[in-house]
Amino acid sequence: MSSQNAHLDGNAAAGELSRVFAIDVTAAEVQCGTCGAVRRFAEAHLYMNGPGIVARCCNCERVILRLVSTRQRVLLDLGGMTYFKFDTLAG
Amino acid sequence: MIWRVATVVALHDETARARTITLDVPDWPGHVAGQHLDLKLTAEDGYSAVRSYSIASAPGGGKQVQITVERLLDGEVSPYLTRTLAVGERLELRGPIGAWFVWRTQQVEAIQLVAGGSGIVPLMAMIRARGSAGSRAPFRLLYSVRAPEAVFYRDELRALSLGDQSVTVTYAFTRIVPEDWPLDPGRIDAGLIARATWPAAVAPTCYVCGPTSFVEEMADLLIASGNDRGRIRTERFGPTGGRT
Repeated sequence: MSSQNAHLDGNAAAGELSRVFAIDVTAAEVQCGTCGAVRRFAEAHLYMNGPGIVARCCNCERVILRLVSTRQRVLLDLGGMTYFKFDTLAG
Repeated sequence: MIWRVATVVALHDETARARTITLDVPDWPGHVAGQHLDLKLTAEDGYSAVRSYSIASAPGGGKQVQITVERLLDGEVSPYLTRTLAVGERLELRGPIGAWFVWRTQQVEAIQLVAGGSGIVPLMAMIRARGSAGSRAPFRLLYSVRAPEAVFYRDELRALSLGDQSVTVTYAFTRIVPEDWPLDPGRIDAGLIARATWPAAVAPTCYVCGPTSFVEEMADLLIASGNDRGRIRTERFGPTGGRT
């Protein structure tokens, strides 16, 4: 598989993100802070090869979420997105 | 979401490289077809690895849940799960996970499933959920697989396509075809999409699961044949991350 296709998608981050969010993130709507595209988080391109998880916008490939977990803390950077909209009836 | 300790209660080889693992999970809250779970394996030295696996079984199995794991040559976890793991062993498990790549029994519209290799697993859960719920939603499955002996759930799929005509199964064999197969080996192309999937006018909800490159190719083909991007749900897996 080429490195271009090395990503997974937002589905694969949902378990780890469930440590932080009470509502499933895969069906949540995300607006990219760079290009403005609105997509479900499940559609984000996910890179898990590094020490943390990086999610990129599936439209413009800019970073929308970074998550790093250590023994004592979880660092979550949502600076690349405008909003995360959860459907409270989902799940 | 909490980690639970599950016990392996049954093992069944689907193919030479893939095994279905039945887990007994105390307090399993139930799942929806298409969801996955995370398994955590911890070595004696404390090193642990978490991997995601799609749930293969239909909802409604009480506290029993099945996953099907394919062994990857360079996998860190899958060789253990498909070779060494024994009945009675315990595994740490988190789930069910996901609310997007799911099929709910209330859905009555036409459903198009497209599987690449072990991407069949969550789609099989949807087919099984349809059956166990008595749903009459019309399903079509297009299943790309490298050879006949690599097909998961072969007998069950055969019985389905013989019996209940509302689940139509079409195979695309990419490397080796069965004897008497009318076609040469080949990947799914626009022609096969046109012949074997719902016409876009039916407006099916499409679920595509497989390796990343497969998923992207299939989504593009479905869109090119007129399907609305918003009706295509995808799930990718691959050797680089969660799904070894």
